[in-house]
Amino acid sequence: MFQFIFRRLSLVIPTFIGITLLTFTLIRLIPGDPIEVMAGERGVSAERHAELSAQLGFDQPLYVQYYHYVTGVLQGDLGNSLITREPVMKEFLTLFPATIELAFCAAIFAILIGLPAGIFAAVKRGTVIDHSVMTFSLTGYSMPIFWWALLLMLVFSVNLGWTPVSGRIDVVYWIDDVTGFMLIDSILSGEEGAFASAVSHLILPSIVLGTIPMAVIARMTRSSMLEVLSEDYIRTARAKGIAPWRVIVIHALRNALIPVITVIGLQVGILLSGAILTETVFAWPGIGKWLIESIGRRDYPVVQGGILIVACIIIVVNLLVDITYGIVNPRIRHSR
Amino acid sequence: MTTSTKTSTTDIPLTAPVPMTPLQEFWHYFSSNKGAVAGLVVIAIICFMAVFANFVAPHSPSDQYRDALLLPPAWLEGGNWSFVLGTDDVGRDILSRLIYGSRLSIAVGIVAVTASLVMGILLGLIAGYFKGIIDTAIMRIVDIMLAMPSLLLAIAIVAILGPSIVNAALAISIVSLPHYVRLTRAATMAEMSRDYVTSSRVIGASPLRLMFICILPNCLAPLIVQATLGFSSAILDMAALGFLGLGAQPPTPEWGSMLADALQFVQRAWWVVTFPGLMILITVLAFNLMGDGLRDALDPKLKQ
Repeated sequence: MFQFIFRRLSLVIPTFIGITLLTFTLIRLIPGDPIEVMAGERGVSAERHAELSAQLGFDQPLYVQYYHYVTGVLQGDLGNSLITREPVMKEFLTLFPATIELAFCAAIFAILIGLPAGIFAAVKRGTVIDHSVMTFSLTGYSMPIFWWALLLMLVFSVNLGWTPVSGRIDVVYWIDDVTGFMLIDSILSGEEGAFASAVSHLILPSIVLGTIPMAVIARMTRSSMLEVLSEDYIRTARAKGIAPWRVIVIHALRNALIPVITVIGLQVGILLSGAILTETVFAWPGIGKWLIESIGRRDYPVVQGGILIVACIIIVVNLLVDITYGIVNPRIRHSR
Repeated sequence: MTTSTKTSTTDIPLTAPVPMTPLQEFWHYFSSNKGAVAGLVVIAIICFMAVFANFVAPHSPSDQYRDALLLPPAWLEGGNWSFVLGTDDVGRDILSRLIYGSRLSIAVGIVAVTASLVMGILLGLIAGYFKGIIDTAIMRIVDIMLAMPSLLLAIAIVAILGPSIVNAALAISIVSLPHYVRLTRAATMAEMSRDYVTSSRVIGASPLRLMFICILPNCLAPLIVQATLGFSSAILDMAALGFLGLGAQPPTPEWGSMLADALQFVQRAWWVVTFPGLMILITVLAFNLMGDGLRDALDPKLKQ
């Protein structure tokens, strides 16, 4: 077991080095001199240029610069934003809870709808139910989610007025930032209606962000269930006269869930990149919107740091998924 | 008449049925999948629109009809049949812009898929054929690229190169590269152990001949499927980049950037928002349907 974890961990190191190389070169590949890019339209004098260049280490050889960059990254130092002058890491940490909250609710939505839909389709294989579940999931899988967001907003916010258009909470509430999670903070604030407002702001963004994962989970659950349902032990269980629902829930589902859990884990990447689009449409103050705005403002340290952090999160989650899978399934653990 | 048909049916010689050619067999399986055929038909229509946009589109995509701003679709009150799907905020015909937009989406799809397919096949063949350190190096890079969500990586690339349609297409082809490399490498490795490859090598075929003439044609099935699915993700990513302002720049009639332009009119004019997105959805869905059908028809083993 430890050997497996160790082998899997050792694969992470070259990936991490590669990602840091990528983000390190990113800022150097931008056409033009980085200091002039940072200085913007005002420009800098020759002395100031040399001073800045020494200060930022641009006068040193590339490998020394890379060494300083990686040691900085490992200590959580991602440089400062060119616009706000705040450390990138600090900005990230204040915005990240909003994205986690959104991604978490989207994942809950995707699992709550996708899993039962997949099970239902597999049990009712070949019927109208199966075909419609599959059609819906393929449509969801093909969905341009930024448009889906606009469409839902058009129907539920503009025409029906059921949900708010954007933001995390109604402007009448002033919620202290305790945990960064609006659902928790709004309860802690004790203000009447604050929690309901936070929930209503979360509904549409969660549905939008959860649509593609939901489709993937439904498809995966269906095919995994179909495979398990054709096994001999299911026939045995049925022959023993066990109630049909019990065969499905206790005997089939437990085994069918293993690949599904892996797929759910792998949705984190989709959730984080989908958050870029969802947050942009719903003006959700998370890291996706922050990244896109930074690109627009040519705030390169933020772009560089943001991409690095998101990539690292995905690497870590994939690693955890792999290790969990190895624990659950010995065949993976021992294969090379 | 009846007698002649009768005699002709009885006169058919009793021979074994002619085996289907691979192409016939493929079509037999493919055409039995209704969704795949529907996808193919939709793709054919969209390609036709893209090629003959000049003739199909009722207006120019950039003509601004200043007396017809934000006109609703023709079947609604206040609509006008010369602007079937209505007009946008500066009076451009939405239908015409959608038709010209299909030209752009299909072109970007072709360029991105071809570029990544060629590069992916090359790298995959090299990795699978030579193995060893070259293979490890290529696969590590591929793993790094796979660790990043494709949209994020594309955004990073566009952030470096600057937003434009060419850079977006380049970013999309780089992003989809890993899948082709992995598929080609796996298929190459499987083929390398076959007897026909060994015998060709014994006869004295050069590595290049082995790679491209012997091995590659036998690896094509999964690549064709992946290329079809790659089309759908290229179109989707292109639209997403356009929507974020990182792809095609206005006034180019690109579906994603049309949506971005329409954002401020969501409340007043639903048609400006609805139709471009619907086009993206239909096109992507068609490619996904056809990709699924191709997968089932070409290689049942690939079926998930």
